[in-house]
Amino acid sequence: MAFLSVKVWRGDELGRYHRFRVPREANQTVLDVVTYIQRRLDATLSYRFACRVGMCGSCAMTVNGVARWTCRTHVAKVAADGHLEIGPLRNLPVIKDLVTDMAEFFDKWARAGGQHAPTATRKDDFARIAPDSRTRQAADAGIECIGCGVCYASCDVVAWNPDYLGPAALNRAWTLVNDVRDGARAERLRAVAGDAGCHACHTHLSCTERCPRHLAPTASIAGLKRVTAVAALRGEL
Amino acid sequence: MSTRTETRLWIAQRASAAILALCVVVHLVVIVYAMRDGLSAETILGRTRGSFGWLAFYAVFVLAAAVHAPIGLRTVLMEWADARGRTLAIVVHAFALAIAVIGLRAVWAVFVG
Repeated sequence: MAFLSVKVWRGDELGRYHRFRVPREANQTVLDVVTYIQRRLDATLSYRFACRVGMCGSCAMTVNGVARWTCRTHVAKVAADGHLEIGPLRNLPVIKDLVTDMAEFFDKWARAGGQHAPTATRKDDFARIAPDSRTRQAADAGIECIGCGVCYASCDVVAWNPDYLGPAALNRAWTLVNDVRDGARAERLRAVAGDAGCHACHTHLSCTERCPRHLAPTASIAGLKRVTAVAALRGEL
Repeated sequence: MSTRTETRLWIAQRASAAILALCVVVHLVVIVYAMRDGLSAETILGRTRGSFGWLAFYAVFVLAAAVHAPIGLRTVLMEWADARGRTLAIVVHAFALAIAVIGLRAVWAVFVG
């Protein structure tokens, strides 16, 4: 029987890695490893998961230095040499072990104008939006975000600039800027521009590289840069 | 600093970058040309002094640099030194002024004499 040598972060920001020996299985995911540790070796380990089939994004952690969904990460892919290092997502406060406080992530989502502002009432007819229209395609390209935080954890600018709204919040804002039914365009553009907004992005593309849904927040942010620049030049910002 | 001003700084950064890209290419060609022909300092100054076209070109180059570099430095200082507010503004403006003064002095010396 082969074993994995697994280091798991314990405690808060001032914690340390604990070592475990976990039996190697065929078709084993990193979530399987964490679950084995908690059920068989150390019941005090705290971690999050829900669907375990790559739909909810709850199990996002740092695996060998990279933010990933642990339920969709095969051990064979990331630990061919038998060594695993598992930690909480970066750029977020650590509550305990592998669990982070995601409040700031979602607060920034709200601050970026991440809510749809309706303009129609129940008395109006359905909005007619062609699925192949330019704006709808732009919105659809980023709409599948489930707020897992992997992009936020992977972003250098988030690490360097505590006010930066981050790729997920800006990506969501972009989908709403492209929603023709939305009524809060002016406020949203003001919310996403400037030092804490899209202009802080350095186009490192870590978010796009790591997004488990294969979205491109960098492209959304580039779109916001274009639209806010035009608005600023027109005096609309 | 308002969001609109911050956005305009970003636009100025991009616009000055476009100008600098062109200026840098021309400047490199000029340098290579002068070096390959083995021109001396006296010969070069003999050609540049009194040339209004080149004076204008290099003046634009200096001013574009005086816009571009301080805006970039501002971001670097915010991210790596946690700089904010008045201190940051003073440092950045001082840097812009230094580039403009030193650069324009050099342009004057080379193209006017």
